[in-house]
Amino acid sequence: MSKHLLRVENVYKRFGDNEVLKGISFQLDKGETKVIVGPSGTGKSTILSLINMLVTPDEGHIYLEDIDITRTRDIHKVRQNIGFVFQDFGLFNHLTAKGNVMIGLTKVKKMKKKEAEEIAMEELRRVGLENFADHYPAQLSGGQKQRVGIARALAMRPKLILFDEPTSALDPELTGEVLNVMRKLANEGMTMLIVTHEMGFARTVADELIFMEDGVILEQGPPEKLFTSPEHPRTREFLFKLTDLYNEGER
Amino acid sequence: MFLSSLLEGLQKNFTIFLANYPALLRGLAVTIYLTIITSIAGIILGTLLALGKVYGNKFISGIVTAFIGLIQGTPLLVQLFVVYYGLPVYGIRLTPIAAALISFTINSGAYQAEYLRGSIQSVSSGQLKAALSLGMTRWQGIFYVILPQALRRVIPSWTNEFIYLLKYTSLAYIITAPELMGEAKIIASRNYEFFKTYLLVAFIYLILVLVFTRLFRRIEKRFAIPGFELKR
Repeated sequence: MSKHLLRVENVYKRFGDNEVLKGISFQLDKGETKVIVGPSGTGKSTILSLINMLVTPDEGHIYLEDIDITRTRDIHKVRQNIGFVFQDFGLFNHLTAKGNVMIGLTKVKKMKKKEAEEIAMEELRRVGLENFADHYPAQLSGGQKQRVGIARALAMRPKLILFDEPTSALDPELTGEVLNVMRKLANEGMTMLIVTHEMGFARTVADELIFMEDGVILEQGPPEKLFTSPEHPRTREFLFKLTDLYNEGER
Repeated sequence: MFLSSLLEGLQKNFTIFLANYPALLRGLAVTIYLTIITSIAGIILGTLLALGKVYGNKFISGIVTAFIGLIQGTPLLVQLFVVYYGLPVYGIRLTPIAAALISFTINSGAYQAEYLRGSIQSVSSGQLKAALSLGMTRWQGIFYVILPQALRRVIPSWTNEFIYLLKYTSLAYIITAPELMGEAKIIASRNYEFFKTYLLVAFIYLILVLVFTRLFRRIEKRFAIPGFELKR
């Protein structure tokens, strides 16, 4: 078999009468950054939830290296290897920034407090928030919260990180600081799967773009190809419209 | 005007206090003992019931719901009588204090469970999802992420519950538990100063309520999460 880090094979998911995913397949290699784009309600976020088994697929398989995570009995172990960055940050409100980054290390990895603290500070430094370690989530801006969310995912030393519209809940002037951190991670070789509407970011950072609509992947390939000579007319229509809407000033 | 005449009355009644303070202090000690033990035991019982109701399967959640309904739907005094006068029929004989402890704990537990259930459900579901995504089990997520937040939010309700208990423990005198009200009844039946004696006891309860309310406000502030302070 191939040496892909992540393989999604023919996954189907329905919620009630609504068939959200209709046979999704793609792979992700180590160090690769893939961005999933497409209209709202086409199942992009559902794919991320499936990869973290926060939702179980009706059909199909998802492999992380050799483990079929749709069949594994030890899903908690698998999730330690997959970071998740939420649209609404998902920070624990009763813990400081440092506490948020530490809790996975101390409670899940059973690390000593001191060691966990060192890693937490290291990761906060990486996202530029070492001076905000003792702030509670409510005392941080949206962009800072999301960077803590990224630091929390990084601290677990995951094999890949899933980003579910990480900048959608942010004021426009705050998206830059989050995207910059993500860009840095991509350059450092972190494996990332990102759902976003930030087309400028997708075009410059993604190794590959996946265009989805109505629960199927219409087209995937290098961003330059999808932006300049897409095979599917819907891809062209969507990407052009979004580029016009959001990113006139960015590139 | 009422307050000043009340204070004047109390001044006169101070002699009653001086004449009977050993008994009154004994009663006060029993009242505080009953209140503190049953509210703490009630918190533990209430937490277990709330977890069972929110996170248990249909069977457990159903049993808990029925239990809470039964306790909340019947008078405390009836529950006290069932435990003290009813259980001996099955060979279980309890001292008045033990019977009071058990029935107040069960009663308070049922109410506290409902407060905590509401509080648990007010913590956003995204918090548990985030906990799972870090590799926590469901129960780890509940204990390290959901409960620490839910318990803080429920402190104001528990303050009220503690104050209720402080006052409701006076019912224990009916089954002859020697708490504050019980002692007062004995004193009054000896000196025939019913009005002054009960007024004195009312005043003691009032002081207790004020002191504990203050104390709990402090605790609440101490545990407040920045950004989630209660507005008063």
